[in-house]
Amino acid sequence: MLSVDRVEKSYKKAGMFSRERQRVLRSISFACGPGECLGIIGESGSGKSTLGRLLLGIEKPDRGTITFDGRRVDERRARRGKISAVFQDYTASINPFYTVEKALLEPLKLRGLSRRERHSAIDLLLHQVGLDLSYRGKYPHELSGGEAQRVCIARAVATEPKLIVLDEAVSSLDGSVQLQVLELLRSLRQLYGMSYIFITHDIRAAAYICDRVMILRSGQIEEIVAVEQLKDVQSAYARKLLEMVVL
Amino acid sequence: MTNILEVSDLRIWDSDTGHVIVPGSSFQVRQGSCLAIVGESGSGKSVTCRAVMRLNKASIRQSGSIRFDGVDVSELSEQDMRKLRGKRMCMILQHGMRAFDPSRVIGVHLRETLKQHYGWSRSESDASMVMAMRSVMLKDPAAILNQYPHQLSGGMLQRIMIALAIVLEPDMIIADEPTTALDTISQFEVVEQLAQLRDRLGCAMILVSHDLGIVRTMADEVIVMKAGVIVERGATEAIFSEARHAYTRYLVSSKLALDRHFQRMMEGVGGGVAER
Amino acid sequence: MKLIQQLWKDKLAALSLTVIGAIVIAGIFAPFLAPHDPEEVHMELRFAPASWEYLLGNDHLGRCILSRLIYGIRPSVLYVFAALAASVCIGALLGFAAGYFRGKTDAVVMRVCDVMLSFPGYVMSLAVIGMLGAGLENILIAFVLMKWAWFARVIRASVLQYAESDYVKFSKALGLSHIRIMAKHIVPVALPDIAVISSSSFGTMILQVSGFSFLGLGIQAPHAEWGMMLSEARAVMFSRPELMLAPGLAIVIVVSSMNFLSDALQVALDPKLKSRRVSQPGAAASAEALTR
Repeated sequence: MLSVDRVEKSYKKAGMFSRERQRVLRSISFACGPGECLGIIGESGSGKSTLGRLLLGIEKPDRGTITFDGRRVDERRARRGKISAVFQDYTASINPFYTVEKALLEPLKLRGLSRRERHSAIDLLLHQVGLDLSYRGKYPHELSGGEAQRVCIARAVATEPKLIVLDEAVSSLDGSVQLQVLELLRSLRQLYGMSYIFITHDIRAAAYICDRVMILRSGQIEEIVAVEQLKDVQSAYARKLLEMVVL
Repeated sequence: MTNILEVSDLRIWDSDTGHVIVPGSSFQVRQGSCLAIVGESGSGKSVTCRAVMRLNKASIRQSGSIRFDGVDVSELSEQDMRKLRGKRMCMILQHGMRAFDPSRVIGVHLRETLKQHYGWSRSESDASMVMAMRSVMLKDPAAILNQYPHQLSGGMLQRIMIALAIVLEPDMIIADEPTTALDTISQFEVVEQLAQLRDRLGCAMILVSHDLGIVRTMADEVIVMKAGVIVERGATEAIFSEARHAYTRYLVSSKLALDRHFQRMMEGVGGGVAER
Repeated sequence: MKLIQQLWKDKLAALSLTVIGAIVIAGIFAPFLAPHDPEEVHMELRFAPASWEYLLGNDHLGRCILSRLIYGIRPSVLYVFAALAASVCIGALLGFAAGYFRGKTDAVVMRVCDVMLSFPGYVMSLAVIGMLGAGLENILIAFVLMKWAWFARVIRASVLQYAESDYVKFSKALGLSHIRIMAKHIVPVALPDIAVISSSSFGTMILQVSGFSFLGLGIQAPHAEWGMMLSEARAVMFSRPELMLAPGLAIVIVVSSMNFLSDALQVALDPKLKSRRVSQPGAAASAEALTR
C-alpha cells in the first residue's frame, strides 16, 4: 500500500549561497501494508521527523519516490483524505481560534456529507475517542494534554483514512495518559482497519502497538524487525537501544 | 542521618486569582538521599521545587517553613538567598535550550556563574569546567564552551548543567524533569550521570518526574502528588509493590502495563498482538 | 462582535472608537452635516470670530471653518484610509506568499522589498509627486508605492511563525489546497497583527498627507483639507493664532485616537490574554498549576 523507494533528502546548510548540504535521509526503502502498524524508531537527529513529513507529502524527497496505492504521495489530490496525521505538540496542533467542533469539521468536509450527517459524525467521533459531547464547544487551551490529543486523533480518523502517520504522538503525555491513548489507538485500528506509521524514540510505546519496527540511525535504516522478534535484533546499535530502556 | 531540607506546611497560592496551588505539604529530605516527587502535569511538583528555592514569580505567594540545613529559607533576604542558590542548592532544569542564554555562548554563562560564587578568573573557571565536562563524558569540552545553546543537543545541555553542579558542589540538587525532553539514549546517559554525581558529591537530591522508570532507578524515597496534595509517601520499593493510595496504584499499574508488554516482547513470547 | 465588546471595556479605547467613528460618519455625510458651503467666500466676514452662525468663525477668505473642517475629513481621513487599505492589501498579498511558500518566492519578494525600503521614504514620495505633479491622488499613489514594502515585510514575519504550525501541517497532509489553508488558518490568525500595524500606520499617514498639503503639494485650493488649512493660517500665525487651532486640534485628535485605538487593539487581540497554554510539557506543568 505504502511504498518508499530509495528516498534521499538533504537540506542546505545556512546561508543563501552556501553549497554545503546536510544529508538527512540516505537511500531509505521500506513498505507498509494495509492494516499494518509500522514503528519508526530513532533518536533525535536520525531523520525520523523529516521522513514523517515526506510520507505526508508536505515535502518532496530529493531522490526516490514515495507511492501510496500506486500514486505519488506529493500529488495533493491523490492522497486527499486517505492519509492523516497526529503530531506531538497537542497544544499547537489545533488552530487556537477553532473550537473542537470546527476543528473536526475541517476533515469531515472532505467526505461530502450533508450537514446533519456531519453533525452526527462529530458525535460518533467524540464518542469513539472517549470524550463527552460537551467538548464540542471547547477551545484547545481549555483542554488537558490527554484530551487535546484525543481530539487530534478524532480529527485524524474523521476522513476514514487508510494510513495515519503518528509523529511522536504520545511522547509529550504523562505515563498513565500515554497508556490510555495507546489503548485508544489500538482499538481504533481494529475498528477501522487502518495502518499506522508510529514515529517515536520510545521503544516501549512502539512495542505496545506496532507489528514491525524500523530502527533509523543518522538517516539510514539500521534494521527492520517484527516486534515479537525484538530480542533477536542483529545490529549493535539496535541492541544498545534496547538495553538502554529504563524500566 | 539529619535532614538537609525540612518543609513544613508549605502553602502556595496565586495572589492574582486566589487559586490555591498547594494547600499544605510537609516533607523532608535526608542528607545524601534522593527524594522523588512524582505526579502528573499540573500536580504542583515544579511549583513546590521552585518554592523551596523561592524562584516562583512574584504573584505566586508561599507560606510555611522551609528549613535548609537548619536555616529557615523563607526568612532570608534576597541577597542571602542568592548566595544559597547555586552554591548550596543547585537546580537542573528540563529544557536545556531554555536554561541558557540563547544569545551568548555557553562559556559566558558558566563563567559568570562561577565568578559569582567563587570569584575565579576566566582561566580558572575554564579549567574546572573542562575537567567537570570530561567527567560527564562530553567530548571536546573546550569547543563546547564556545558554542551557542541551539548548536548543542538536549542531552549535551543536560550534561553541561550536571557538570556545573559538579563544580559548584552543592549540598542539594533539585532536578526538575531532567530526562523528559530527551530521547532514549540521552535519557540513559543522563540518569547514569546523575547517579554518579550523587556518589561523587554525596549530596541530597530532589528528583521531580512523571517517568516512574527513572524514579525507580534513582530514588530512595518517593512522594506522590495529585492536584497539589501529597497523597502518599514512602520508600521506593514500597511504593511500587504495595502502594496504599488508589492514585499511586493507578500510576504504577499504567507504567507496569507498558513494561510488561515490552518485557514479553523481549523474551519472545507468542506471536501476533499480545493481550494486556 | 467580540472584539468591539472587548475594546469597549477599556475606557480610553471606547472613547477613541467613538471619536473616530463619529469623524468617519461626519466625513461620509459631509454634505448633510456641514452648515455652509466650504468654498463659499464671504470677504466681509474675514477673520470673524466664532458666532452662532459660523460656529468656529471664518478664515482669511471668510469661509466657514467648521464646514471646511468637516469637508476636510474626506481627503485627510477617508482617502488616506483608502490608500492605507490599498497599501496593506498589496503588502499582505506579497507577505502571505513570501511567508507561506518560502524558498524562492520568499527570496525574490524580500529582495524587492529590500530595494524598495532602501529608498528614504519622504524623499521618494517627493520624487514621485515631482514626477506626477501635485494633487491629492498623486500623494496617495506615492504613499502606496512606498509603504507596501514595509507591510509586506512585517506581515511576512507574522505569517512565518504561523505557517509552521502543526495545524497547518495537518491541513496540508489532508490535501487541502494552499489557498484554502491560507484563507482558513493563516489569515484569521495573522489578522490581529495586520490590524495593529495598520492602525498605527494610519496615524502616520494622516500626518504625512497633512504635511505634504502644508507644503502645497497636496490638495489644491479651494478644496478643504486640514493640512492646507494649517498652511493658510500660517500667514496670519502671529496676528490670528486661533486660526491654526481648529485644523491643528483636529489632526491631533484623530491621530491620538488612532494611536490609542492601536494600543487597545494590541491588548484586545493578544492571545496571551486568553490564558493560552505553554507548549512544552514541563513548563505546562507549572503553567497549568499556576493558572488552574
